[in-house]
Amino acid sequence: MVSFTLNGEDRQFDGDPETPLLWVLRDAERLTGTKYGCGIAQCGACTVHVDGMTRRSCITPISTLEGSTVTTIEGVEGPEAEAVQAAWTAIDVPQCGYCQSGQIMSAVSLLQMNPKPSDEDIDGAMAGNICRCATYQRIRQAIHDAADKMEA
Amino acid sequence: MGYHDGHSAGGPRPSRRAFLTGAGLVIGMTLVPKGFAKTQDPSVIQADVQTDGARPFNAFVRIAPDSSVTVLSKHIEFGQGPYTGLTTLVAEELDADWSQMRVEAAPADDEIYKNLAFGLQGTGGSTAIANSYEQMRQAGATARAMLVAAAAEEWGVPAGEITVARGTISHKASGRSSDFGALVEKAAGQDAPSEVTLKDPKDFVLIGTDRPRLDTPSKVDGSAIFTLDIGFDDMLIAVVAHPDHFGATVKSFDDTAARAVPGVVDVKEIPQGVAVYADNTFAALKGRSALKVEWDLSKAETRSSDEIFEAYSKIADGEGLLEAANHGDIEAVLNKDGTRSVEALMRFPFLAHAPMEPLDAVLVKREDGSIDCYNGAQFPGQDKAAIADVCGIDPANIRVNTQLAGGSFGRRAQFGSPYMREAAEVFKASGMSRPVKHMWTREDDIRGGFYRPIYLHKLSGAVDGDGTIVAWNQTIVGQSIMNKDELDETSVEGASDMPYRIENRRVMSANTALPVPALWWRSVGHTHTAFAVESFLDQLLELGGKDPVEGRLALLPEGSRERGVLQKVADMAGWKSGSAPEGRAWGVAVHKSFSTYVAEIVEVSIAEDGGPKVHKVWCAVDCGVVVNPNIVKAQMEGGIGYGLGAILYDEVTLGEGGAVLQSNFHDYRSLRILEMPAVEVAILPSSEAPTGVGEPGVPPIGPAVANAWRRLTGQAVETLPIKSSLGAGA
Repeated sequence: MVSFTLNGEDRQFDGDPETPLLWVLRDAERLTGTKYGCGIAQCGACTVHVDGMTRRSCITPISTLEGSTVTTIEGVEGPEAEAVQAAWTAIDVPQCGYCQSGQIMSAVSLLQMNPKPSDEDIDGAMAGNICRCATYQRIRQAIHDAADKMEA
Repeated sequence: MGYHDGHSAGGPRPSRRAFLTGAGLVIGMTLVPKGFAKTQDPSVIQADVQTDGARPFNAFVRIAPDSSVTVLSKHIEFGQGPYTGLTTLVAEELDADWSQMRVEAAPADDEIYKNLAFGLQGTGGSTAIANSYEQMRQAGATARAMLVAAAAEEWGVPAGEITVARGTISHKASGRSSDFGALVEKAAGQDAPSEVTLKDPKDFVLIGTDRPRLDTPSKVDGSAIFTLDIGFDDMLIAVVAHPDHFGATVKSFDDTAARAVPGVVDVKEIPQGVAVYADNTFAALKGRSALKVEWDLSKAETRSSDEIFEAYSKIADGEGLLEAANHGDIEAVLNKDGTRSVEALMRFPFLAHAPMEPLDAVLVKREDGSIDCYNGAQFPGQDKAAIADVCGIDPANIRVNTQLAGGSFGRRAQFGSPYMREAAEVFKASGMSRPVKHMWTREDDIRGGFYRPIYLHKLSGAVDGDGTIVAWNQTIVGQSIMNKDELDETSVEGASDMPYRIENRRVMSANTALPVPALWWRSVGHTHTAFAVESFLDQLLELGGKDPVEGRLALLPEGSRERGVLQKVADMAGWKSGSAPEGRAWGVAVHKSFSTYVAEIVEVSIAEDGGPKVHKVWCAVDCGVVVNPNIVKAQMEGGIGYGLGAILYDEVTLGEGGAVLQSNFHDYRSLRILEMPAVEVAILPSSEAPTGVGEPGVPPIGPAVANAWRRLTGQAVETLPIKSSLGAGA
């Protein structure tokens, strides 16, 4: 039995302790905003926050999360999240949209640590998130817009 | 019972609902057509839109008493924007207010919802807006006429005196006005007019201006539902062990270890491999990796990619080629004194589409024996027929509920629906007593075939003493995507019909037979023909001492739309007055595909790893009338990124013995954000009929980069991807 906090609520998981967090979220918790894209931490579609840091949920066994705090796209909040989601909406970043939960979780984390990132900072922080529709130019723009809005 | 009713999926954040309704839009799940409602699980199929009392005005438009207007999109939304585009067309002629517009996927019906360019329901070939442009406007205008007729009857005034603007119906003289909702009941009962007059384009209010995408809000808060997100309480998850050689079949298997995995429910052999069923995804994956399968390779492809290219090279030099274009006297000119010639042998690898959401489907048998399928249906009628055939059920009792799809790039559009046949075999073998979600992993996706085929282009060309190109000889060898014996237009499009005036020109083609399944890939034949034509032309222009832009303009007919986009992009980059900064070079390409014209100029330097670094792309596009400029720009940006990743990094390689070498994003590279150039897009104003934008941004990027690279390094790119070409010491 693994106990952890998920989007502010106490949760338990008593299945296979090797189960990656991704499948605990999607199958057991039915929180499907977090996506499967590769299963080997290459694409970032499964990005969530664990204890305030980005984590690839597809390679994180649930057994390692005893007592941890997990935040998914469904529960992310705060000024950075609001600014990022508003900026994403304002310039229509998503195309197919499948990777965007992961993109947004990485972008929120970036702004939490670096409120005024440069293009290079953005490229560095977002390099682990693949978008096959290649919405990257708008992702860069939206992160700058969100940073500007938070500063204002 | 099912889940994903929009409540369990949304999670605890209280603002989600406000966020959705605040934007006034919901996509979520496919809404059931009325007749199906009783057989549906209401908690699975539930849209947030107000549908009580909603009345159909025609097959495409439904209006509810709360005045919300729902457009039934016959085209799937996988990022290219038809949900917003088709809805805009209806709203324009309906004179609706944008805030009252909704959209949902139309049911599968090859007659009512056929693509007017194909004759069956389907999305592809960049046709969504082009084939719907008049049809959706007529649907809107018809509904408007019925609302006006109802108002005229209700108010006892002449219909001709009634006006509609931004969702309000008015009669000036009597001072009466109404929203749509109050008149829905009466309007739905009116006879639809046999003819409607569409607006003069100068009166457009919505068409031609940026409109926020209807699907954005749910894709930003995680509430958008894709096929992989659909669930039922008693659902099985199934994955299939596939052979690692194309054409191989199951000889025998041992499932002892697989069945010992807690959560694994069953293991069954199906024609495509061995299916593992489990109560949850992780158990299914674990069970599959514990399977021991022996494969029969007697009919499998066991050649490597290198061996296939070698065989293709012999075919190119052989007899019996198919003629795609031939004028002048190519042989006489190529061997003439006073001309200088150049040759090239270009190799294009297999490419996987690799959409972010791998292939998947959920199949459910209802109590009345009918089947519901939830999937990213790009050819819904084909999917329906495949399920009917495999499961032995009348197609009339099968519903295909099209979901938002996490990309496709051509992968989800297949005649005969081979993927759906696999999903249906999996479902059938399970006994169909529980809902089944079948999913492919990324490894299945990269190794599963239906690739952009390998092509080999053999080119020779010549310039005369003035540097004018006088000869062009091209032979294209590869699989026919359309499985043809005769000339396949999709193998030669973009080459046989190239716009340049060259006196002596011949394009030949050969169809090859491989057990590796082939499929169109974003921009189809243009994925390789544009590269071959535009990069070889650039070499010939250089040989003749011509400027890449001026030289192309001199060969293009006056007034051609290629000239328009080429001149525009040259202006954008400052081609005449400027030049690339020290250590960088510019390359240009122009190409028409799917009746849309795109020119691109790129600025390239040598990256730290020795390959090309693309800093900037200028792009000019002429796609006729523009419905939504922001979506056109997004498709150009995305097409450039998708095409760039492929020409820089991507190949699926058959190794020694014929097994695929790549398996996931670590060795089948996707472009990442740090490799994405800055892209500037200009749209040419036009009153021509609208044409597509999903694919045409892709073809010019490869040759533009190759042309810049050749000018920067002296190295012509003949083998793709460029990175492997460099690694091979080419």
